[in-house]
Amino acid sequence: MKIWASLAAAVLALSAAISPAAEPRRSGYDDSSRETQAMQDDDAGNPAFLWVRQGEALWDQDCKGCHGAAGTLRGVAARYPLFDPRANRLLTLEQRIVQCRTDRMGAPAFAWDDERLLALSALVGLQSRGLPLNAEPREPFLSQGEALFRERIGQLNLSCAQCHEERAGLRLSGATIPQGHATGYPAYRLEWQGMGSLYRRLRNCLNGVRAEVFAPDSPEAAALALYLAVRAKGMRVETPAVRP
Amino acid sequence: MDRVLINVPKQVTRGVPFEIKILVSHPMESGQRRDQMGQAIPRDIINHFVAMLDGELVLEADFFPAISANPFLSFSAVAEKSGILTLAFTDDKGEVRTETAAVTVG
Amino acid sequence: MTQTRRHVLTLLGAAAMVPPAHATPGEVETLIRALTGASPLRDGLIRLELPVLVENGNTVSMRVSVANPPSPVDSIHVFADGNPLPHVAVFRFGPRAGVPAISTRIRLATSQTVTAIACLRDGTRWRDSVELLVTLAACIE
Repeated sequence: MKIWASLAAAVLALSAAISPAAEPRRSGYDDSSRETQAMQDDDAGNPAFLWVRQGEALWDQDCKGCHGAAGTLRGVAARYPLFDPRANRLLTLEQRIVQCRTDRMGAPAFAWDDERLLALSALVGLQSRGLPLNAEPREPFLSQGEALFRERIGQLNLSCAQCHEERAGLRLSGATIPQGHATGYPAYRLEWQGMGSLYRRLRNCLNGVRAEVFAPDSPEAAALALYLAVRAKGMRVETPAVRP
Repeated sequence: MDRVLINVPKQVTRGVPFEIKILVSHPMESGQRRDQMGQAIPRDIINHFVAMLDGELVLEADFFPAISANPFLSFSAVAEKSGILTLAFTDDKGEVRTETAAVTVG
Repeated sequence: MTQTRRHVLTLLGAAAMVPPAHATPGEVETLIRALTGASPLRDGLIRLELPVLVENGNTVSMRVSVANPPSPVDSIHVFADGNPLPHVAVFRFGPRAGVPAISTRIRLATSQTVTAIACLRDGTRWRDSVELLVTLAACIE
């Protein structure tokens, strides 16, 4: 099995080398319906821009004083999760925004699902839209994240990899199982009828396999997010995406 | 209804229909759902919408709970001269939110 | 036809116990008549665009339009016979309206038929319907 897998990987790598435009990895966009794609393609019709608008107002009020215009953060979101040497920990973009509020502004932390945190991370994410994901593959976090991705968990005894690698492209109920490339978070999900973070999506999966849910500010959440970001390295940032 | 996004072309041509797109942040709570305690969640939707261009009607709409959360609407208008587009949204509490956008005929 | 038969069978099964969780085609016909008048309903002129296979019933992109109407379009009504409340929306066009075309997003509780009716100034009524399948998402919160 291993031999076949590495052979298949080599063939994929070879075909990618022959035609650099061919991207064997598919984002959730590629697996969405034409209508959902159209919703993401038009900023005037993408409901996530309601959160971007809120983010702009918050930015002007709280962030601009230090950071200047939001546009100066182009490329920043594409590098997250990022190791913070001062705090000696890996931080997701949301964790960084909360850290900035509590440590630098002396303001109360946002709850992880606070609409304002979604609004700010959507605004910052949008600045990197179209850029390749480019997180630093930093150890030991990357290996921890990959271990979490491959570990069988929960009452259903399933790993992330079993659905999102081995069975990606197959159908589960009415939906196509995506490859699990987190290119567009925070994203507007039709199922949520609102905006949500990557953490919310991961929690969705953890609940789905009846596993214990790690906390939003836990090292596990950041490590898994880093592994996903490195796994999707080079794919384009789509934030704020629309997903079914 | 705290955020309304209005998209109107920067410049429109006299007598030629142009497209207006709007997005409104609103849960459009259908009144059909129950919370985790089994209690009915009361209906709370934007039930009426009016678009006027310089006091003349463009479009009037009645919405029912089948309109999705964070409603999107695209429609078209015709202008003979530059003017002000006024959009009014009414919700179940009777609150009316009014937004305006400039229409420039070039 | 099978759609109608299925509805009837569902109703026969459910009627004894609980009221139906959705409208019936008969109710929708009555509602359409009450709201749009009694002139004959003709197929054509109006075009209703909806995906035939719906990814998520919470947010379904819908476009309804009337191309080159022989008389101005006064209103467009949209009905969904499988929703708990069949009425979806009414659009009335004023003197400053451009082309009679609307795009919006709607909720569909289940697989069903959506109908759009255009009422023209000359008193004629035009209809288009789309029968669609709403799929169920696997991993819901």
